[in-house]
Amino acid sequence: MIVEDNAMPASTPENSLPEPAPATRPEAPPAAALLPKPDPRSPGGWRGVAHSFAESKLGLIGAAILLLAVGFCYLGPLFYRTDQLSVDVLNSFLPPGGGYPLGTDDQGFDVLGRIMLGGQASLEIGLLAALIATVIGTLYGAIAGLAGGVLDSVMMRIVDILMSVPFLFIVLIVATRFSSTVLSLSLVLGLFAWLMPARLVRGEVLVLRTREFVIAVKGMGGSRWRTISRHLVPNALGVIVVNVTFQVADAILAVATLGFLGFGLYFPQTDWGGQLSGGVSHLLDGYWWLIYPVAICLIGVVMALNFVGDALRDAVDVRLRRR
Amino acid sequence: MGSYVLKRLGTSLVVILGVTFVSFALLHIISPSPGRTVLGLEASPEAVAAFNTENGYDRPFLLQYGSYLWKLLHFDLGYSYKLNQSVVDLFGQNAGRTAVLVSVSLIIALFIAVPLGIAQAVKRNSIMDYTVTTVAFTTYAMPSFFLGMVLIEVFSLRLGIFPAQASQSTSPWVVFTDPVSMALPVLSLVAITVALYSRYQRSAALDELVADYVRVGRAKGLTMNQVVRRHVVRNALLPLISLIGMTLPLVLAGNLVIEQVFNYPGLGLLFYKSLESQDYPVLLAYALVTGVLTVIGNFAADVALTFADPRIKLR
Repeated sequence: MIVEDNAMPASTPENSLPEPAPATRPEAPPAAALLPKPDPRSPGGWRGVAHSFAESKLGLIGAAILLLAVGFCYLGPLFYRTDQLSVDVLNSFLPPGGGYPLGTDDQGFDVLGRIMLGGQASLEIGLLAALIATVIGTLYGAIAGLAGGVLDSVMMRIVDILMSVPFLFIVLIVATRFSSTVLSLSLVLGLFAWLMPARLVRGEVLVLRTREFVIAVKGMGGSRWRTISRHLVPNALGVIVVNVTFQVADAILAVATLGFLGFGLYFPQTDWGGQLSGGVSHLLDGYWWLIYPVAICLIGVVMALNFVGDALRDAVDVRLRRR
Repeated sequence: MGSYVLKRLGTSLVVILGVTFVSFALLHIISPSPGRTVLGLEASPEAVAAFNTENGYDRPFLLQYGSYLWKLLHFDLGYSYKLNQSVVDLFGQNAGRTAVLVSVSLIIALFIAVPLGIAQAVKRNSIMDYTVTTVAFTTYAMPSFFLGMVLIEVFSLRLGIFPAQASQSTSPWVVFTDPVSMALPVLSLVAITVALYSRYQRSAALDELVADYVRVGRAKGLTMNQVVRRHVVRNALLPLISLIGMTLPLVLAGNLVIEQVFNYPGLGLLFYKSLESQDYPVLLAYALVTGVLTVIGNFAADVALTFADPRIKLR
């Protein structure tokens, strides 16, 4: 990772700022001139993150795949209209071709149109679950880290406990009792996935709370809530955003596993995981079009999210180093 | 040192107690009247009430939790009404097989992931590094059931080398000595674990490669190879110790799906079948056993790390 540096020698081609002419230098330069001159193109803050993110090829590829997937799932059905509501058993298991670019599935649904529909559910569940988990985890971690002492210990032991209860146990138990919709699955996953962001944010806050600006807020009589919402969370945002991308990927995979274990979305609703697990049950029949197209979409999107997350983490790291 | 271990042991016990409470409370909320589940929908309300009274399920929640803890202290994990067997017996029959699968896979995975991650870090941005990273990312992005199914398709249906079903033997020793029928489940679990660990091992080794002692080693005339083998490997292994403890739940969750895919009668398959038949005592015991294993894993990793790395301060 290339770290852009303001102190770069002026002669390098990257920095084309004119060197101050030595002959006209005043004897006592004003104090402001002694400070490093802000380079207008120098990346700082979030622009810097965007800048170093753009340097990661994998990150860019990931972002492109994500854009493509969102366009495919949400704009695709506008141009490629299929009937995803009425079962057509006479036309089930048709191989690709003849009006069905990717064939039909066991209910006679057009597979290409179904992948678009399933993708919407997968992306929505992933994003919603990640947002729920991140909001809860961020606030929880910030409060614990800021409070310190006994409260912090108790709060973090609770996180330890919930982390030790197997995730699938909690989710499956809850899933047996609630109907599986996009909203309920997102809630179930989100309400039990906030532990990791809580730990991350607490760690970040423990570092931040000793910094001068937090002490200054306290000294000026700022409330705890103000410290958290205006100062700690924005500064920990890098770590949080990076974690969101991984959370989305994990939630999409978790829903896929739930679908395989029989607790996915209810028919005729569908998501990529449910389609994939339905497809692999026809592995012996050789209906490859039920398996590989949706598998490529699912794996591609999860990989893309991980690429973006990794690239973002590197980019945020650079920002942290410069701070 | 001793006081640190004692303190860490204390928090571990608190966490285990918390795990019992959370799992018990969760099941209690989901299924407040086990009599209905056990006797079925046809049973009369009187019979259900009688069953609940007889087994103490009509008592206040905290009392029930208390007696659950009391039984736990006597190694009584409850009774499976569906399978008509005590849960301890059931786990005794199935735990060995899961232990074989998980431990064999974990050991193989470590022997692959550690050298692989370090080699990737040393030859950073080489074709080898990119290839391994791509494969690891792909494996990591695959739902584990799909990975298992792909392996079945390739090795079992196309090539016919390995059977699609895992060993069904009841003896862990027979399972252990039957590599052909265990190849695919082990391979799946190894692939998942290697994908996870090699990424961490690579970044841990990368962190070490820029350390001062590497430059010192090079300056005094060691080759890069010698520096890596004598110094970098030792230091780059340290983060892996806590990683193994931390990722134990992930490996066990992967095991649950893999057992289901290959129909391997271990704890994961037992859990899944009990979920279908709403056999709550078994589910509770599974959560407890997995939770305790996780806590022990973290505890062991922390203690091992303080022994292995004298720089870590003991508190």
